[in-house]
Amino acid sequence: MEMARENALYLRGGTVVDPQGGHHGEMDLLLADGRVAGIGNVRPPAGAVEVNVRGLVVAPGFIDMHVHLREPGREDKETIASGTRAAAAGGFTAVACMPNTDPPLDTRSTVELVLREASRRAVTRVYPIAAVTQGRKGKIITEMGELREAGAVAVSDDGDWVADGHVMRRALEYARMVGLPVISHAEDPLLRGCGVMHEGYWSTVLGLRGIPAAAEDVAVARDIALARLTGARLHIAHISTAGAVDLVRRARAEGLEVTAEAAPHHFTLTDEAVRGYNANTRMSPPLRSEADRDAVREGLRDGTIGVIATDHAPHTETEKDVEFDAAPNGIIGLETAVGLALTELVRTKILDLETLVLRMSAGPAAVLGVPGGTLAPGSPADVTVLDLGAEWTVRPEESCSLSRNTPFGGRRLVGRPVITIVGGRVVHSARMESGATAAVESARP
Amino acid sequence: MRTRKDLLGLEDLTREEILEVLDTAESMLEILERPIKKVPTLRGITVANLFFEPSTRTRVSFELAEKRLSADSVNFQSTGSSVSKGETLKDTARNIEAMRVDMVVIRHGSAGAPHFLGRNLQAGVINAGDGAHEHPTQGLLDLFTVRRHLGRVEGLRVALLGDIAHSRVARSNLWGLRKLGASVVVCGPATLLPAEVERLGVEVAPTVEEAVDGADVVNVLRLQLERQTSSLIPSIREYARLFGLTRERLALAKPTALVMHPGPMNRGVEIAHDVADGTRSVILDQVTNGVAVRMAVLYLLLAEKRSEAGTALERTA
Repeated sequence: MEMARENALYLRGGTVVDPQGGHHGEMDLLLADGRVAGIGNVRPPAGAVEVNVRGLVVAPGFIDMHVHLREPGREDKETIASGTRAAAAGGFTAVACMPNTDPPLDTRSTVELVLREASRRAVTRVYPIAAVTQGRKGKIITEMGELREAGAVAVSDDGDWVADGHVMRRALEYARMVGLPVISHAEDPLLRGCGVMHEGYWSTVLGLRGIPAAAEDVAVARDIALARLTGARLHIAHISTAGAVDLVRRARAEGLEVTAEAAPHHFTLTDEAVRGYNANTRMSPPLRSEADRDAVREGLRDGTIGVIATDHAPHTETEKDVEFDAAPNGIIGLETAVGLALTELVRTKILDLETLVLRMSAGPAAVLGVPGGTLAPGSPADVTVLDLGAEWTVRPEESCSLSRNTPFGGRRLVGRPVITIVGGRVVHSARMESGATAAVESARP
Repeated sequence: MRTRKDLLGLEDLTREEILEVLDTAESMLEILERPIKKVPTLRGITVANLFFEPSTRTRVSFELAEKRLSADSVNFQSTGSSVSKGETLKDTARNIEAMRVDMVVIRHGSAGAPHFLGRNLQAGVINAGDGAHEHPTQGLLDLFTVRRHLGRVEGLRVALLGDIAHSRVARSNLWGLRKLGASVVVCGPATLLPAEVERLGVEVAPTVEEAVDGADVVNVLRLQLERQTSSLIPSIREYARLFGLTRERLALAKPTALVMHPGPMNRGVEIAHDVADGTRSVILDQVTNGVAVRMAVLYLLLAEKRSEAGTALERTA
């Protein structure tokens, strides 16, 4: 005799894709009390809200481990509320936010500020990443012990490389001691110079200052050498060059705890997209050559790159609608990542759907050591539901983000997230052809 | 050209469009030889010259071209305008357009700035040099000068010497020469050659001697003297020794070879004094031709407005 459960959600008839939990195929999913209560042959308890998801893919909640929420400091670009709404709309149930805020997340109080604001206004889970060095200045390491206690899941000076090798060595040793991974924005600032795009044929044609691929290769090589020295967990953010992918592949073969992530723009676009000087094709690291893009795709396929992360970097239109040289780096990505991954990687058969789900759920969960990544009973009730056949057009003006800086406006994509569930609550649902809309709407808390 | 709103670079132009400019410039040159060097063609048309980088030659050349065609012209310099007060390029341009300007000539340190304006303005835009990208009117006047002196461009061998990486003149020349069927050889310090330059369809010569050997045209680029401080060349002295165009080196070129330079010259650095003033030098012809070519560009881009303005004048008359 089963008890009536009023806060239970029952997803009927979906195609579950949960490689981490070993579930695959048409089955039902029961969520209750914020957890996965049953999967497979389960019946809905009395009082459960039922959603028909037949024909849709049911996956463990996607986690974006590289997001700039801009709060505190630049709430005109994004807030924890708006950024997590965009995340939910993009199929993400959790985001990790980067510490290059103002003030930066380099003390207990700023990390707690983010978590407090998130508990009030976020619609997804929010995991703060704290700075590696105080003030992100690359000189003195942060109080990583206390930052971890406060809730930081990793440390990173994202946006800048910790260029001082000695400081990075000590940071890795200390982070290892407190059990945090170090996320490196691996780019040598001296080799980057004042470059604004990838150095190659297109920078020559466009007359823009180039950033050689070697700026990333050199930095990744040093970081890996220091990971070897210290035994620390090193995660390479937004990997973009063939050389860096190869270095990470070899480091992993050697048994080092080195992981990497790739951003959708790096597996989709090349430096040719800069033609026309649209500042929304400017980001750091830059769009690279075709050979680099193909190496990133291969890295995602063979597991060298275990994570897809957006590097969602909102900027105001005033800042971005300027000469290419004058624009800040970065684009928004939360609402286009899944569509791009399904269109550019899965439909092209570079990744099968299971591998894509791993790269967007279990992969980042493992790097950050956070719950999720599976629909095994007892796991958090975080679920991403996908409609693989949905054709849609990217419309930046409809974004939940406060910013509009994307180069993908007008692009046709196939496949999109349609329902996002966090802790058993539906936090996003899109219109669907399958008739499940009404059921989803009724499931809204 | 007549259907275009903007002239942003020679990369975008077809061979026919380039030839149309050169042919039109012949007629303009003829006007410049008259005792009264002015025609009413662009009466009622307003051109704004926006210079965000210091320039004397190009600005004066455009201004003269505008005046010879009877356009009204106004000049904005970045130091004297609101740009130095932090206004965005878009706002500056929109303000100028609000004053009902028909054509904007822009020189800017950022590659792509003219493209940005072109997207944002109803008015036409002429690129008068954007960063290291292009300087299309310089490219056109170089082609025009070559054609006038040698009778053709097709089949010629043209050597471009010096700082190719930072040179908008080099890029515009390169596209224009390739489209008109010349072969191009470039030569400069390895530190001043842009990435994958061969993919632009040019030959890269390891020494000046090899670049100049058998050339019909030797176009010498200006060396920005600050390249030394950014560790791109060890010294001006060594640059002059290895890459300067001297009489001895020029002797390797065809006896009829032209010597060109976009100016301003560093005499004794990229070009020897006697070569600059020698019998093969057409450097001052380039300057004269520049006015004619810019007149041609204005004339062609403003073709439509021109006829509108003409009709309006007739109506009021």
